[in-house]
Amino acid sequence: MIRFLLKGILRDRSRSLLPFLTICFGVMLTVVLYSWMKGAEANIAESSARFDYGHLKIMTRAYAEEAELIPNELALVGVSELMAKLAKDFPQIEWTPRIKFGGLLDLPDEKGETLVQAPISGLAVNLLNPPTPEKDILNLENALARGRLPQEAGEALLSEELAQRLGIKPGSVATIISQTMTGSLALANLRFVGTIRFGIQVLDAQAILIDLADAQRILDMEDASGEILGFFKDGIFRQKVAEAIVNQFNASFSQSSDRFSPIMKSLLDQGGLADLLAMVQSVYSIIIFVFVLAMSVVLWNAGLMGNIRRFGEIGVRLAMGEDKGHLYRSLISESLIIGCLGSIVGTLGGLGIAYYLQVKGVNVASIMESSSIFISEVMRARITWFSAVVGFIPGLGATLIGSTLSALGVYRRQTSGLMKELEAY
Amino acid sequence: MENNRLILTQKLTKIYSMGQHQLYALKEVDLSFGPGEFAGLVGPSGSGKTTFLNIVGSLDIPSKGKVEVLGRQIETLSHKQAAELRKRHIGFIFQTFNLLPVYTVFENVEFPLILLGVPASERRQRVMEALEWVKLADRANSRPSQLSGGECQRVAIARAIVKKPALILADEPTANLDAQNSHNILQIMVRLNQELGTTFIFATHDEKVIGYLKRKITLVDGKVTKDEIFSSPPVMEGHHESP
Repeated sequence: MIRFLLKGILRDRSRSLLPFLTICFGVMLTVVLYSWMKGAEANIAESSARFDYGHLKIMTRAYAEEAELIPNELALVGVSELMAKLAKDFPQIEWTPRIKFGGLLDLPDEKGETLVQAPISGLAVNLLNPPTPEKDILNLENALARGRLPQEAGEALLSEELAQRLGIKPGSVATIISQTMTGSLALANLRFVGTIRFGIQVLDAQAILIDLADAQRILDMEDASGEILGFFKDGIFRQKVAEAIVNQFNASFSQSSDRFSPIMKSLLDQGGLADLLAMVQSVYSIIIFVFVLAMSVVLWNAGLMGNIRRFGEIGVRLAMGEDKGHLYRSLISESLIIGCLGSIVGTLGGLGIAYYLQVKGVNVASIMESSSIFISEVMRARITWFSAVVGFIPGLGATLIGSTLSALGVYRRQTSGLMKELEAY
Repeated sequence: MENNRLILTQKLTKIYSMGQHQLYALKEVDLSFGPGEFAGLVGPSGSGKTTFLNIVGSLDIPSKGKVEVLGRQIETLSHKQAAELRKRHIGFIFQTFNLLPVYTVFENVEFPLILLGVPASERRQRVMEALEWVKLADRANSRPSQLSGGECQRVAIARAIVKKPALILADEPTANLDAQNSHNILQIMVRLNQELGTTFIFATHDEKVIGYLKRKITLVDGKVTKDEIFSSPPVMEGHHESP
């Protein structure tokens, strides 16, 4: 019977082409949108992890409470000892200390007078003390716009945008003005040997990047750091493992009432990221729901038109003794065959577009200018195994709903009128 | 069911409600048909011919009276049982052929066997046999749109006989055919009736069909006014065209 139905579908394009194209288009859009949303989700999560939250982050409790103020006076001390303990207890994680600081950058003229000043967001990471994972985590080689990476103490990088704005060229010396851990004025001359562009608006506007040891020296933070970030060594964040590590670590300090005792947070526990990602997931769930609904209406309509066109055929089949239930199921089967084919072709098309968007990406810098979240300017789709499956939800779901409703007409057909109907048909 | 009785109607009455009025399509019709009959219901439009076929074909139920077809009481059958009766034992031939346009001749004839769950190899053999009967074996792969009206009706006959039903109900089968094709079709049906013993009941007011009938039942206003049996239908002696 299925073979018989297939022949009919393949030969009667008007009965299969519109539903097929509808499904193809809807499924393709669903796959692209899902992959795009997945890419956005990954973009937010990965950018946030790389530049701010890590997969795991350790701070003092006091620092954690005011983390957005970057309170370096509440930073972790005895970092070497803590790092050694972390490496021993959690060897699957790469641990790296960081210091964030704010301040001013002062560029002097040839007489040493202030030529121009600008606010900066400083980030100090281990650049010079091997082995360091930071060059890979921050992808510095690729981010380098001009010049070179720091090779010795006193050398730093600044954002290309800031460099352009201030007219700083690689090799220039400028002064950073900040605050030490103890609240004193911190002044230091740094040689900016290169410029960087991360493609993240919030960083590229005013970032400078210096070596951790330089920051500890300038800010009087000997063996101290604001944060220690942890990254899974394969770069893939696993929420459940992260939660287990967080629980294990925090349990060992749970009895302490010391505000300066360390506390660990996972990526999703920070900055409302879990809520943000949940919102992203809700958005694409809504999109898929709307697609299913819209496609169901279209397919329902197409099914109704098809049934009107096939009025004679359905009548003959009922007259020949085909049971209404059997006929109803066969109409749904036909739709499911079309739904399946449409879903396969739509998924392949969608994956093709998603792959292009994954490789090429779309530059959204113009709409990210005022963004304060860590998100790459080049948005890319991300293809996951579910990208190959997600289209089948609207593809088959809408087909099933549409054909189930339209084929109900079979049950309303009275066999007593068939002879007259078929005469007139 | 008695051995020599295929259909029995007792006081068969069909009433249609038309607002406040009631229209009697059939009034207390008592008829009986045996195996191998070649009978026709004749009469003007609205005399109840098609209503009678509808009820005997288990497409409708009587308002009053009893109808027994192949031992089953039509008025007591569920939709499913009625469909099963049609599927296995009753073939239909319509005025407008009603072939499935996207399928070939072979596939159109094959369809009733697919419904019956006949295996593919047996289907092929039986379809070709049916097409041989109507002299269309060489058009098995054609589509209905490539056939003439007469050929389409022959395909419809093949579709009706392929499952070897006990009863074939034909509603104005020649209404859309010219005289020559009408005679050809009727000769095929006569031959099937004689060689396979299939019972044919026609609803018609076409004189060409009436000329082939062995039994002519005249209906007027839902009542049987005449029931004539012919030992030798006169037209059979003068027509020998093959399709």
